[in-house]
Amino acid sequence: MKILRWLWRGVLALLLVFRRRGAPRARPPRDPSEREARPRPRAELLVAGACAAAGALGVAFAVLFVVDPDTQLLGAGLGASLAALAVAFIVAARAVVPQETAVEERPELVREEEEQAVDETVRESGEGVTRRRLLGAAAGVAGAGLGAAFVVPVSALGPNVADRINHTPWRRGRRLVHQDGRPILADEVEVKTMLTAFPVGADPRQLGSPVVLVRVPVAELDLPAGRRDWAPEGILAYSKICTHAGCAVALYRAPLYEPTSRPPALVCPCHYSTFDVRRGAQVTFGPAGRPLPQLPLMIAPDRSLRAAGGFSGSIGPAWWSVRR
Amino acid sequence: MNVEDPVRWVDERLGASPLLRKALRYVFPDHWSFLLGEIALYSFVVLVASGIYLTLFFDASSHPVVYHGSYAPLQGVTVSQAYASTLDLSFDVPAGLLVRQTHHWAALVFLVAIVLHLLRIFFTGAFRKPRDVNYFIGVTMLAVAVFEGFAGYSLPDDLLSGMGLAIAYGVAMSIPVLGGNAAFLAWGGQFPGSEAFEPRLFIAHVLIVPVLLATLIAIHLAVIVRQKHSQFAGDGRTERNVVGTPMWPGYALRSLGLLMSVAAVLVLLGGLVQINPIWQWGHYEPWQATNGAQPDWYLGWLIGALRLMPPIEIHFLGKTWVPNPFFGGVLFPTVVFAVLYAFPWLERRLTGDRLRHDLLDRPRDRPRRTAFGAAFFTWVATIFAAGSGDRILVNVGIPYEDQVWFFRIVALVAPVVVYLMVKWTCEQLRATGARPLRGWTGAVVRRTPAGGFEPEAPPPSTRPPP
Repeated sequence: MKILRWLWRGVLALLLVFRRRGAPRARPPRDPSEREARPRPRAELLVAGACAAAGALGVAFAVLFVVDPDTQLLGAGLGASLAALAVAFIVAARAVVPQETAVEERPELVREEEEQAVDETVRESGEGVTRRRLLGAAAGVAGAGLGAAFVVPVSALGPNVADRINHTPWRRGRRLVHQDGRPILADEVEVKTMLTAFPVGADPRQLGSPVVLVRVPVAELDLPAGRRDWAPEGILAYSKICTHAGCAVALYRAPLYEPTSRPPALVCPCHYSTFDVRRGAQVTFGPAGRPLPQLPLMIAPDRSLRAAGGFSGSIGPAWWSVRR
Repeated sequence: MNVEDPVRWVDERLGASPLLRKALRYVFPDHWSFLLGEIALYSFVVLVASGIYLTLFFDASSHPVVYHGSYAPLQGVTVSQAYASTLDLSFDVPAGLLVRQTHHWAALVFLVAIVLHLLRIFFTGAFRKPRDVNYFIGVTMLAVAVFEGFAGYSLPDDLLSGMGLAIAYGVAMSIPVLGGNAAFLAWGGQFPGSEAFEPRLFIAHVLIVPVLLATLIAIHLAVIVRQKHSQFAGDGRTERNVVGTPMWPGYALRSLGLLMSVAAVLVLLGGLVQINPIWQWGHYEPWQATNGAQPDWYLGWLIGALRLMPPIEIHFLGKTWVPNPFFGGVLFPTVVFAVLYAFPWLERRLTGDRLRHDLLDRPRDRPRRTAFGAAFFTWVATIFAAGSGDRILVNVGIPYEDQVWFFRIVALVAPVVVYLMVKWTCEQLRATGARPLRGWTGAVVRRTPAGGFEPEAPPPSTRPPP
């Protein structure tokens, strides 16, 4: 504790070195009301000048708006006009009008006799009412019914989730195409790059559509059991929609120097979910709770890529009844 | 014209003279920190004024169109009507870009001012009775303003707004049990949503939420007028009075000066400092995202929380009960706002102080409250800082994995350290009475020949002690 006290004194001493100069202000309690009104012609002149400048700059803005609406000039003109007006107001407030400090009494908020009167009025309103419970229950029924009438229409805002959320356009044999509709050939997918592919003929904006294509050497593949032939020639396809919050998994961290780099991974730029592409997009870092769904691929005789089935799991962000 | 005439005119119709007389003499206590709320109010004024201009040109439709405006690099690209009209607004409408950028800057300043105002209220104890009711309205406005800002920058349908909406959809989906249907109702289907979504967002941003905000502001101000301003102690100021500048002429002119200053700064920023150049981000498609993308600052705490949350999800009975984004995107802000809402009650419980307070506390005089506030703020600020991890990665090169671990640890440790430090500092300040920011307040003593000490008289006015 002694050390702390010394430290504290050191801090205080430092603060005192950089303190503001000025006499201590110790005034006895007093009535702080005061009023000072005396002519200040120079301040008045300054206010008039600032007002004139504000007006001139305002006109300049209007002229510019018609002649050459350049963003910078317009902003500078209008901003300067407002600033001049600010100067006018502040100088007027602090130097032209009488300077006053006034004292106002605070209102007493609680007034007991008024409260009693309110209580009484409320109590008297129930005089002669015999079936209080019945009326209360009836009012409740009315409220609940009308409440339902107002709340239920909310359901018209959108469809039920149902199972359509797990519906994707991918079927066995569906061709993978670029955004412009050209088919993707197996040889276009190179190691250390990523390609975005879509199902031919489907809406690319549907969350189930976009997939990421990457290629890794076949020997390095370590896919889950049952997915042995899902990655012909080491070409892998994963849903591009992050299983965490639904962003596009738009970054591919390809190793620059294998012996020291981390394994190739797809990374979501939003919250850093990191998916190991060689191991079926297992999450190796970040908040995602499940791997990116994998799309089985096959290579057609013309070397174009086709889906060999649907995704390995639910695409898109996690929710209540997402399929693992 | 005689000055009595308009007064008589009003009086003959409304009999408002007594009210006017009181209003003109309404007293505003002076302290710079009381202006933070006014800055927020005036930013809102600028937001409404600039927003009205923008609504006259913005077309809230996700319908695809081919862009043929004057921004050459995007010629012939198929984009949404919302995005195209924002480009037109920026390049082809006179002063459109100025107003759009002023609007955006005003939104940022609006929220800065609200948060600083909240800190002032918190650390000076202005949330105590009778102002607790206004404090709740203020905290509510903070939440509403964050939503309003998010809705606003989500409107242009550029890459940034799309990424933000994708996350918002993911967070909505993550609400246990109800999330899927809630998100489908809000978006009118699966993300990116039906054609109804963009107009819904628009009407929320330009009508529903602004009207709500304006109503809350009106109540906020009415409550202030009823209770009158709080003030710091000293100089004849007591719990029973208000000391300061009367509304007319002094304070009204000052406040108008502040309005003009705020407007001037925002317009100058809007004209001279580029913000959110959506033509550089490009239009949004659900399969697109980019590194180093940042939301507007007031959402940084949420993206930080989403990033720091470890990969925990709660599954059983074949259902995902709590998907991961729930923790950072729903639970974290809920906790933060719950603490803010509960604090006045919590303090009342802990201190047993149920009295009405109209004099403000100096932060040092309430070491535990100040320390708790500082620690809580540190917690949120650390998570906020973690939200900029991708910028740190791009600009400094620290891997995001290391950063996440760093911020996870700091977010847990720093609040405790800050609590202890601030509490101790407050107690020391209170004990010594030192006012390090207010100049020398000690006494100078001189050693007597006998070996004792006596105060030097008269006390030094400007000279520091030797």
